[in-house]
Amino acid sequence: MNYPSWRTLELGAAITTPGNAAELKTGDWRTEFPVLDEEKCVKCGLCAIYCPEFCIHEDDTGYFRADLYYCKGCGICVHECPKDALTMQLEEK
Amino acid sequence: MAKRIGIENSLAVAEAVKLARAEVIAAYPITPQTHIVEELSQIVANGELEAEFIPVESEHSAMSAAIGASAAGARVYTATASQGLALMHEILFIASSLRLPIVMTVANRSLSGPISIWNDHSDVMAERDMGWIQVFGENGQEVFDLTIMAFRIAEDKRVLLPVAVNMDGFILTHMIESIEIEEQEKIDKFLPPYKPVLRLDPAHPISMGPVGVPEIYAEAKKQQEVALLESKAVIKEVFKEWAEQFGRAYNLIETNGPEQAEVVFITMGSLGETVMSALDLINVQGDKARQVRIRLWRPFPEEELLAALEGAKKVIVIDRAVSFGTSYGPVAGEIRSMLYKLKEQPEVYNFICGLGGRDVTRQEFKQMYELAEQGQYKDKYLIWGVREND
Repeated sequence: MNYPSWRTLELGAAITTPGNAAELKTGDWRTEFPVLDEEKCVKCGLCAIYCPEFCIHEDDTGYFRADLYYCKGCGICVHECPKDALTMQLEEK
Repeated sequence: MAKRIGIENSLAVAEAVKLARAEVIAAYPITPQTHIVEELSQIVANGELEAEFIPVESEHSAMSAAIGASAAGARVYTATASQGLALMHEILFIASSLRLPIVMTVANRSLSGPISIWNDHSDVMAERDMGWIQVFGENGQEVFDLTIMAFRIAEDKRVLLPVAVNMDGFILTHMIESIEIEEQEKIDKFLPPYKPVLRLDPAHPISMGPVGVPEIYAEAKKQQEVALLESKAVIKEVFKEWAEQFGRAYNLIETNGPEQAEVVFITMGSLGETVMSALDLINVQGDKARQVRIRLWRPFPEEELLAALEGAKKVIVIDRAVSFGTSYGPVAGEIRSMLYKLKEQPEVYNFICGLGGRDVTRQEFKQMYELAEQGQYKDKYLIWGVREND
């Protein structure tokens, strides 16, 4: 994300493009990310229901996967998975 | 033609707000500001001014309502004093950071405690870093003029900042003076309707006051600071235009007395006129003292003050508030730090006087001059007139 200089920043730091919070890469905040074990997963979707960031969506194959652009790595999906199909893995760069 | 009438200064301020065609007035009454908003509520109720008068439940709400109305694009006015200004504290900073051109009269009154309804500058000095343009009027006419000019300055696209017009409580608010009330037609020409750059509009949604993440906050503050500093040039322009149209000239600071005098009084607010009279006493023996009256407090007119203090050997700074636990009152502290830029620095004498509405007479200013002449309290401050013994 490009941040504006003090000269180009909107007057009083106003947001003039509604909905631009979608551009904010909250995925930068995490230290761990969820990994799915497809063998154990029963595609119940509880992880998607519990995700506070609404970043877990069903894909074409019926599995639920986290959008890592937004996933903050809170681990709630891992905690809630009834089949222990999710584990947290350390983010390494 | 403008008409000159005898009128209480508070009512003249209300008249100025009416002439400025304020669209929203949100205020809570507090002594000694009451007469201003009382009069305005009547003006609105009588249908003489097409405005929304919001009788809010506190000053915190007054400033909040003012911000909402200003964000929606209205021309907004409020007035307060002392505890009322203190109660506005957190919201004052939001008005300036959102760049909303609200105009507010501060009828300067001491802060509690002990409770005092009388005049000094402790209320506004506690808020001096609020990011507002801050001017001080010295008499009723000046406050009338400054109130109208304040809207013009605040709403200028190069400024877009709130303006506080300070007037000494009682000494000015409750004084009846001979004031020239300008014609509506001329004021309309001087002050066209407010056209906001950004405003809350359902047809073009924007967010005002969002969170400023660490990557944005410093830029936002820099933008605000530059706007405040650069407002000085606009203020000068507006003062000049006012002089051309209405014949009363104002500067950021005013000087008075013999130029060659080496002792200089510095005042802010109504005491400037007492010093003016005191100079007549002091200068009987020759050109001893002169004075500088600060009209613009924020942004601080450093350049103008340095020029005015040229040749000064001793500077007597009059403060109207205590800045607890440090050396000097708020004005003297500022002056001293400014003087550090000079190669040859004049001595600074700081008298903190007129606290809680105590009178300061011209004889007392003469005594201050004499103390400075003798070098007493050189580079020190003194809370003036305090009883040491029962």
